[in-house]
Amino acid sequence: MDKSIFTQHISRQFNEELEDIVNRAMSMGGLVEQQLADAMDGLAEGDTGKAELVVTRDYRVNAMEVELDEECTHILARRQPTASDLRLVMAVIKTITDLERIGDEAERIGKMALHLLDKDRELHPMAEIAALGEYVRRMLNNALNAFARMDTEHAVRTAQMDFSADSQYEEILRQLLKRMRDDPDSIPRVMDIIWSVRALERIGDRARNICEYVIYFVMGKDVRHISFEQMAEEATGDRR
Amino acid sequence: MKDEHKVLTHGMDPASMRGRAGEKRRISQETPAMEIRDLKLYYGDKIALKGVDLMIPKGRITAFIGPSGCGKSTLLRCMNRMNDLIDAARVEGEVLLHGENIYDPAVDVAELRRRVGMVFQKPNPFPKSIYENVAYGLRLQGVKSRRVLDEVVEKSLRRAALWDEVKDRLNENAFGLSGGQQQRLVIARAVAIEPEVLLLDEPASALDPLATLKIEELMFELKEEYTIAIVTHNMQQAARVSDYTAFMYMGEMVEFADTDTLFTSPAKKQTEDYITGRYG
Repeated sequence: MDKSIFTQHISRQFNEELEDIVNRAMSMGGLVEQQLADAMDGLAEGDTGKAELVVTRDYRVNAMEVELDEECTHILARRQPTASDLRLVMAVIKTITDLERIGDEAERIGKMALHLLDKDRELHPMAEIAALGEYVRRMLNNALNAFARMDTEHAVRTAQMDFSADSQYEEILRQLLKRMRDDPDSIPRVMDIIWSVRALERIGDRARNICEYVIYFVMGKDVRHISFEQMAEEATGDRR
Repeated sequence: MKDEHKVLTHGMDPASMRGRAGEKRRISQETPAMEIRDLKLYYGDKIALKGVDLMIPKGRITAFIGPSGCGKSTLLRCMNRMNDLIDAARVEGEVLLHGENIYDPAVDVAELRRRVGMVFQKPNPFPKSIYENVAYGLRLQGVKSRRVLDEVVEKSLRRAALWDEVKDRLNENAFGLSGGQQQRLVIARAVAIEPEVLLLDEPASALDPLATLKIEELMFELKEEYTIAIVTHNMQQAARVSDYTAFMYMGEMVEFADTDTLFTSPAKKQTEDYITGRYG
């Protein structure tokens, strides 16, 4: 990985500031990942202790976002970063916005887990839901690693994972719809589950967003709102 | 490969990771190196400073910004009595250096200027060798030991981040250096006599962007040991280097705040207009 962006400025302090925002974004990512894992333990295994922890710990994710935003603002005001430095600061600002939203989704899942009855866990496709949770947690982990290593190929592979996340989500939805047709009385409770599964699907989308910011930062190319094939091409092609 | 994003942070709490880069400055927690109290300066009948109050915190970089003629250079010159050299200038008020009024008649001005050194816009090395430029102040103080002089010259040039570039040609004339090198030489000359405060009047405005960044990085290194006050036309420079920024306008101190605050959410509209380029 090329870390020269943190070592080559004449201003040593500027090096440290850039390294600091990346380290703190990664540390925020680690916390969000933990939130997601604990929320899934709450949802799929009925670990209410962990589900409660997720809800009470969300404020820390928010606080980290606010602090990092402030530091990025100061870097923009004081350093007027350009080129790769500017892209790095922009990528960090966007990444932490997505991380904060992933944190909110995890909190939502934690809250649902606390409402869920043991009976629900038996009736619903909980193994599939747990698998989707683990899958998007891995996506998030990969996206953060791609960021830390500034590795665009890893970012592309991770973004590709989103297709499978989407089909897993649709398959779970199909099963839940069938359950609602068979037993209309269950609809209110199934809706809760649907919101949780929907939250997992959104987490996959946000992990993919982070991959796009990695490509933007490293290659200087905006790969949002284009097909996956175009994105892969941009990410592996020559630097602009 | 393991989870590198976790390895990077070593599981540390981000709050405890706030090193130099995330330091917050608060003026109320600073120790004053100099205090300026109701300072007025007249050039003949014309008033150039209209009662300025300001604290220069110890071991920090304080930048003065403002349009031409706002009085920032005049204020800097008051801090080591450079304005004494101008016949028409008259000063009222106090400037305290570690609690003592530098305008007290008992103050030895030569000694004051040793304690409060100054570097000007245009590099002004003496027409002597690189070595003799740095040794000059010590020779004036009567230091004769070659060993002491050698040591101080090397240490000062190292502090000024110039040693590696000139160590093999210390006996060459200082005028052979580039502008950026000359300016660092002048800073080495100033730090050789161990001042407490270093006043920099537009130290980089005659230099190219890279030489400018070198001077800025040098300031950052020097503030560990010295208190630095810098006047600059270049607002971005003030934003980059300083811990505190003072905005002056028409002989008045409009706003003085930590640099993060002044450049992200200044309290006064006048400051906002100036730093966003709406002034005028």
